[in-house]
Amino acid sequence: MAISTPSQPIAAGKNPIRQLSKLSWPWRITLGYLTVMLFLPTAAMLLKASTQGPANFWRIATGPVALATYDVTFITALLAGATNGVFGTLIAWVLVRYNFPFKKAIDAVIDLPFALPTAVAGLTLASVYSDNGWIGSLFAPLGIKISFTRLGVWVAMLFISLPFVVRTVQPVLSEMEVEIEEAAWCLGASQWQTFWRVILPPLLPAILTGVALGFARAVGEYGSIVIVASNIPFKDLIAPVLVFQRLEQFDYSGATVIGTVLLGISLLILLIINLLQAWGRRYA
Amino acid sequence: MPKEAMPNLGPSLQHDTPPAENASPKKQGNWVPVVLIVIAITYLTFILLIPAINVFAEAFSKGIGAFLRQLTTPNFLHAAKLTLFLALITVPVNMVFGLCAAWAIARRKFPGRALILSIIDLPFSISPVVAGLMIVLLYGRNGWFGPWLQANDIKIIFAFPGMVLATAFICMPFVAREVIPVLEEAGFEQEEAARTLGAQDWQIFWRVTLPNIRWGLLYGVILTNARAMGEFGAVAVVSGNITGKTQPLPLFVEEAYKQYETQAAYSAAVLLTLLAVVTLIAKEILERKTRIKDVE
Repeated sequence: MAISTPSQPIAAGKNPIRQLSKLSWPWRITLGYLTVMLFLPTAAMLLKASTQGPANFWRIATGPVALATYDVTFITALLAGATNGVFGTLIAWVLVRYNFPFKKAIDAVIDLPFALPTAVAGLTLASVYSDNGWIGSLFAPLGIKISFTRLGVWVAMLFISLPFVVRTVQPVLSEMEVEIEEAAWCLGASQWQTFWRVILPPLLPAILTGVALGFARAVGEYGSIVIVASNIPFKDLIAPVLVFQRLEQFDYSGATVIGTVLLGISLLILLIINLLQAWGRRYA
Repeated sequence: MPKEAMPNLGPSLQHDTPPAENASPKKQGNWVPVVLIVIAITYLTFILLIPAINVFAEAFSKGIGAFLRQLTTPNFLHAAKLTLFLALITVPVNMVFGLCAAWAIARRKFPGRALILSIIDLPFSISPVVAGLMIVLLYGRNGWFGPWLQANDIKIIFAFPGMVLATAFICMPFVAREVIPVLEEAGFEQEEAARTLGAQDWQIFWRVTLPNIRWGLLYGVILTNARAMGEFGAVAVVSGNITGKTQPLPLFVEEAYKQYETQAAYSAAVLLTLLAVVTLIAKEILERKTRIKDVE
């Protein structure tokens, strides 16, 4: 027993090395790059977070300012996701089913938030939705301020998460057969019934996947929101900006703990997205 | 006459206009699309179009001269140069990684394949600020490699290498993501045929694999480039944002805006928007090319 135990770790330690040397070059580069670029940094953050101890971690993660930023980040991202769930689906529907002038151009513009640097998005949204901006001036007489408030955060999140919903729903919608709707209609279903009973159920997984993807992006977004918001705690400060502020104050443990919370939530959303996609495949 | 007509109208009298109700399916078919199209375009106008047009309107509001003058200031030129260098390094590195990863993963099914795919996609799900934080915790003064780097007088954080690391992290998945499906669809029969005919590995790659995946690869490279030139959050964390030193274009835009140099901010923003427009046009062209190939 005492003799066999030391030999086992050696055998186990040798095996991966021998396996590694058997790997082809593309595999070695892939794993090496992932290790240096992804695993090491993630491990550095998680280990730094673990040095806090559970009690301290919990205290920092649930501090009043931190809790307020979660509220702004997640609730606003959820609202933006829901809004885009409705309008993104509508846009996908219009693009798939109807013909109208400039349809191709409008279809291409949907991807703008993917391609436009977030700093530019923040800059232009902040000025368009400010009190004397093109759109903000329409709301200012009603006493509604958009830029530099939570509404501004919502608008920026709408901007960056819109393409996720449209681009997830579009392919599913274009594969759906119009005949099924016609059948429902022939059998006497009204337009609303056709929509709720025939069109929506197979679309739902795609819509929810798109909303979840957009939500994930909105939760992590920094560039556009830091410009469009006033970044005041308890008002419109979001969690990623809080991480940044803590780092600027050299409060590494504070930044690490909140960063770890954000990472955990990103992974959780990723898991949900995978489950949603598995659900969607049942319809395919 | 009215008394005779009454019984017929009776049941639907509450509706006031029975003929319209009878014709409603057809009529609805006419106005529903119009209403939906109007709603969709209005929404897009408010969220996307007006903000996009505003960039150009603000940049050129004082004439083209004012716009051009901003493009010759030293801080702007330095920022633009930095952004170009960042892209010049990170795009090829990520392209090699993406090609290797795609080749390794698309080749065959193996246990853990889905996991590796998710891991490669991970940088998309991680907040850029958290990505930057991770790099600071690794290479920063108090980080794992901090003491060693300081002893050897190597600066990574608040310097160019850190910005490269942050940018490469953020746009890691694009190439693999675009190439894997193309490789899977192309299959490996052609490569095997080339091999049995005596071709070397490199010959197979250049003559068989690369022509098959070229459009997917190009698309991945274009997306990588757009993201590398536009990345803000991760670079902001690691760069220290020192004007004229570690400030690429997106950070220059924010800094100029914060300093109320609106003209400078929008002039730089126009260039970045043009980059986005070129990216979208390239995407459109490449998608058409791959679609034509599918039909063939």
